[in-house]
This record gives sequence, structure tokens and C-alpha cells, in this order.
Amino acid sequence: MRNIILFIRRFFTFFMFLVLQGISWAILVKYSKSHQAVFAEAANEVTGKVSKQYNTVEYYFELKKTNEQLVAEIKRLYDERRSSFEGADSSTQVKLDSMLRDSTHKGFRRFTYLPAKVVNNSVTNENNYITLYRGRLQGVHPDMAVVGPDGIVGRVILASDNYSRVMSLLNHKSNVNAMLKKGYVSGIVEWDGKDPSYVTLRNIPKSADVKRGDTVLTSNISEQLSYPPGIMVGTVTNVAADNAASNFFTIRVKTSTNFYSLQYAYVVQDASWAEQKKLEAQTPKN
Amino acid sequence: MSSLVKNIIRFVLFILVQAFVLDKVPQLHQYVKPWLYFLFVLWLPFNLSRISIMIIAFMFGLCMDYFSGWPGLHAAPCVLIAYVRPFLLNVLLPQEKTEFSYAEPSIKSLGFAPYSVYVLILTFLHHAYLVLLEALSLQSGEFLYFIGKVTAATAISMLLIYLSELLFQRKARYRTNAA
Repeated sequence: MRNIILFIRRFFTFFMFLVLQGISWAILVKYSKSHQAVFAEAANEVTGKVSKQYNTVEYYFELKKTNEQLVAEIKRLYDERRSSFEGADSSTQVKLDSMLRDSTHKGFRRFTYLPAKVVNNSVTNENNYITLYRGRLQGVHPDMAVVGPDGIVGRVILASDNYSRVMSLLNHKSNVNAMLKKGYVSGIVEWDGKDPSYVTLRNIPKSADVKRGDTVLTSNISEQLSYPPGIMVGTVTNVAADNAASNFFTIRVKTSTNFYSLQYAYVVQDASWAEQKKLEAQTPKN
Repeated sequence: MSSLVKNIIRFVLFILVQAFVLDKVPQLHQYVKPWLYFLFVLWLPFNLSRISIMIIAFMFGLCMDYFSGWPGLHAAPCVLIAYVRPFLLNVLLPQEKTEFSYAEPSIKSLGFAPYSVYVLILTFLHHAYLVLLEALSLQSGEFLYFIGKVTAATAISMLLIYLSELLFQRKARYRTNAA
């Protein structure tokens, strides 16, 4: 016993080194699995506050770009407004049913958009994260989808009281179900860590008709998280076959969101998400 | 300014500079990642015990982690360089009994060549471990990626370290051994 104590005392520095390494590894492994870490929420609150202070300066330099983004977004929404369209001239037509909408079936609002200020945003790391100034007290929960003025942004992984941390699309772990606008062929969008403006679309079969410039949208399939279907992901810039034997394309997609100048984002609340997850959990996996 | 106050200010400044300046610089290439924050560990004073250096380095790395959003990733390499640091200094410090001793590692206290070796080895160790951890947790390891990123990041870090040595000439206030 005495020898053991002597041994430990002799190599105390080395043991301390091992212990600290062990703690670091434990934090790292736990975080990679579940995005939870010790003091993560408290730390998020503090780093969020510091980032917000920094952002008050940074935002000033981005005002012009942010304005342009917002004007473009308003233009898009004006275009979608019903009063922008002229209906068919009903005086010369015979209509059997003038009821355009089925008012007997009461629809409900599925997606609610909560605006949030981006206070911290990185594009240069291998795994990038975004901090939003909106947290649990304002109704943000983990696994909510985040979209920007031009397209998808990421997914909430951690929410503290007033700040939330978002896993950016520019993250090795962000797998987003996407589809081609032409033909509705579904695939998966991934980031390879090289260029913050480009992501990779996989699992598109070679039978699909893909060309440069085609639009990629979020799919109506939602395995991991619920993006509203039809939100812009990006445009196709390059189509290449995996290899001769493969049946799938590897498609390079330019993201529609400019991650360099992202200042506002919308956290999307999906009213039917909980129900979908509950149902999927009940049914057997195989 | 006392050594404690100086190092607390450095602690905060290094993290802020890394998180809000160097991490915001648009990337040249995936491999060229400017890391400078670990210089704090390299600049810690001589008279700290090994245990306390490691604990300080761990806390420092963890703070960096919370800013970069990936807990554990920076803490482990910081602890490693804090552990290796005393061994290196034992080898590199001038062995003959000089009249003066300095407070912390610098070009003046070690000499230009030994200081360069000290910085280069620890920078390389830090980057190699960090990139290895990154590759392990991403499960996308490629040999070329590892070598490329470690080499490029070490080069850019060395450049940044020399620049900061030039910009911030630390007043190497020495004390006599007798005191």
C-alpha cells in the first residue's frame, strides 16, 4: 500500500496529465454524441453575451448587405402575395364551383417563424456553429430548424435562457434531406469542410435529369429535423458521377445562404413535429 | 504589473483575439487555419509548478472550446503542451549558472534559436493533436489531410507567433537568482 502511494506521488504530474486528458476526452466524446457538455448552458449564456457585444460592432459593417437581403426577401414575399396575381376572368367563364378552397376542412398553421438576431457565426472551422439571440424563454428548443433570408441555415442544438446555439449547414454532422426542384428527386446534403459556399448533394440516382443551375430545395421528407418543405438550399454548379459502378451522382451545390454576411435568421417551429416523432418512436424500426 | 494580473489579462485577450479576430478571417484554404491562442500556455512564467500549469492550460482550453462551440477539442491539446513544456525547457534553458534569470520564456531569456525550437515543437504537437482529434470525431480521416493541415497550420502559427513577438516586445524584466 505504501509503495502504491509512493508510486502515485512520484508520478503525480503524469497522473494529473492523464486525468486531465481523460476529462477532455470524456467531454469531447459526450459532446459528439449528444451535443451536451458540462456547463454548456451556462457557458452558452456567457459566450452569447460576449458575442452580442462584438456583434454590435460587426453588424454595423454588414448593414448594407443585410438591407439588400431583407429587401430581396420582401420582394419575394410580395411576389407571392395573392393580390399580385390576376384571377381568370370569371365573367366569360362558366364555373361549376367558385369555392377555391375547401373551407369545410379546417386547416391549421404548421410552421411558425420566430425571427432571431445572429450574434456569432463561424465559417472557418471544421464544424461551424451559429449563436442566436433568442433562447428557451422565447420559445426555442433543440432540434428546431433555422432558415435565413435566402435559404436554410441549420438546426438548433442547444438552447439556454436567452441564447441558442445552432449547428450550421457548414458542419460535418449536418445531414439535410433535400430534393431537386425538377422531378422532386430526394437526396442528402452534406458539407465536406472545404469551401463555405459549397455543399455536396448525394444519393441522387443517375436516372434523374440534373443540369447546372438547377434549384435544390428542402425535401418534404424529414428524418432528423423538420425544415418546411420547399425552402431553397442552393443551385447546382457541378454534376459528377461517384464512379462508373455507382448508381448515384455527386452534385456540388452553391448554397443560397451567404454564410459570410448572415445577420438574421428565422427559427422554425413545427406544430406537428412532436406528433410525427411520437408516432415514429412507437413503430418498430425494421 | 504583477505576473498574476498580467496573465489574467493575457488569458482574456488571447481568447478574444482567437475567437473574434482570427476565427473570423476568411479562409485561404481548408488547411490554413490561424491558431494563436495556445501562445498563452507557452508564455506562462517559469516559476509555476507543473500541476498548476496543466490546470491553467486545461481551464484555458476549455474556455476556448466554449467560444468555438466544440467542448473538449482545445482543452486536450493545451494540456498536452503544458505537460511537455517543462521537459523542453529543461533541455533548452542555458545550463551554465547565469547571474540573471527571467520570468517567462521569451527570445531574450532563451535565445533566438532555442526559443524557435521551443515554439516550433510545441506548436507542432498542439496542431497534430488537435487535427487528430478533429479527424477522429469527424471520422473522415485522410492522411494527406492530416499532414497538410498540420504543416500549413504550423507554418501560419509560427508566422503569427513571430509577428506577436515583434509587435509586443515583452519587457523581460529579470530578477537575480539571489533574490
